[in-house]
Amino acid sequence: MTLEEVKEILNAQVIFAPQDLKMEVKMACGCDLMSDVLAFTKEDSLLLTGLTNLQVVRTAEMANIKALVFVRGKEPDRETIALAMEKKIPVMLTDLPMYEACGRLYQHGLPGCSEAEEGSFLSDGR
Amino acid sequence: MGAEPCFQETFSISGGDFTNAGEVSSRVKKILQELGVATKVIRRVTIATYEAEMNVVWYARKGTLTISVTPHLLRINVQDEGEGIADIELAMREGYSTASPEIREMGFGAGMGLPNIKKNSDEFHVSSVVGQGTNLDIVIRRQ
Ligand SMILES: Nc1ncnc2c1ncn2[C@@H]1O[C@H](COP(=O)(O)OP(=O)(O)OP(=O)(O)O)[C@@H](O)[C@H]1O
Ligand SMILES: [Mg+2]
Repeated sequence: MTLEEVKEILNAQVIFAPQDLKMEVKMACGCDLMSDVLAFTKEDSLLLTGLTNLQVVRTAEMANIKALVFVRGKEPDRETIALAMEKKIPVMLTDLPMYEACGRLYQHGLPGCSEAEEGSFLSDGR
Repeated sequence: MGAEPCFQETFSISGGDFTNAGEVSSRVKKILQELGVATKVIRRVTIATYEAEMNVVWYARKGTLTISVTPHLLRINVQDEGEGIADIELAMREGYSTASPEIREMGFGAGMGLPNIKKNSDEFHVSSVVGQGTNLDIVIRRQ
């Protein structure tokens, strides 16, 4: 699924995107526990989270998470956005709560991290 | 000699510094990318170093992380000065955590860090002296 599609489905606002929104994500994870993200996600995932601190971006950087969606309209602070920009990790914001945001993406065919196979994309060098 | 590191660097980690927490792992990632280490291997290393780094930030006064790169292996040593771990077997258990509400608010404290480091390592050893500090040795093969 492209980030463009994610944006449409979640009625999301793009806070930062390094290039166009043609970039694809293969699977997604909805999680507020960073160690669980590090333990259970695979590369090139989309992460939906209710947390907006710097550690979310750090976690995404370490786990090669492709893009971030902040749910239930919680705006990230400036440092978080600045770090995402520095790491070239796209960030979106949706007003939908976690369950509904995940449910909509799933309904449109984006699988979870335990269902999808990793590694069919070429690395974007991040 | 194959065992001689072709690259080695030590970074310091400050306990309680939430703003810079993760910066050391970020630098490790950059170094490994520059050395041409495979993306999948880098991911295992950075997940392990990040979990270890965060534990120093949360639970210790200060620490160091040393990465040594040889043609076949990546060795990571993380040492800290802090409370130490009284029962290592218990600390290694998934879900065991003594994290404060403040740490949990930031998305940590699932009790998954140490088990996750072990999962991403080919060799993993923890030792600790209560009241003094903790030492982690991690080995990840480059394949
Ligand atoms: N460097 C350390 N110094 C002192 N205690 C530690 C250290 N590392 C871990 N511990 C203790 O071991 C427990 C388990 O650590 P672990 O990293 O597995 O989980 P956590 O940090 O509590 O949560 P998570 O890593 O999932 O965010 C910690 O709650 C803490 O009590
Ligand atoms: Mg931890």
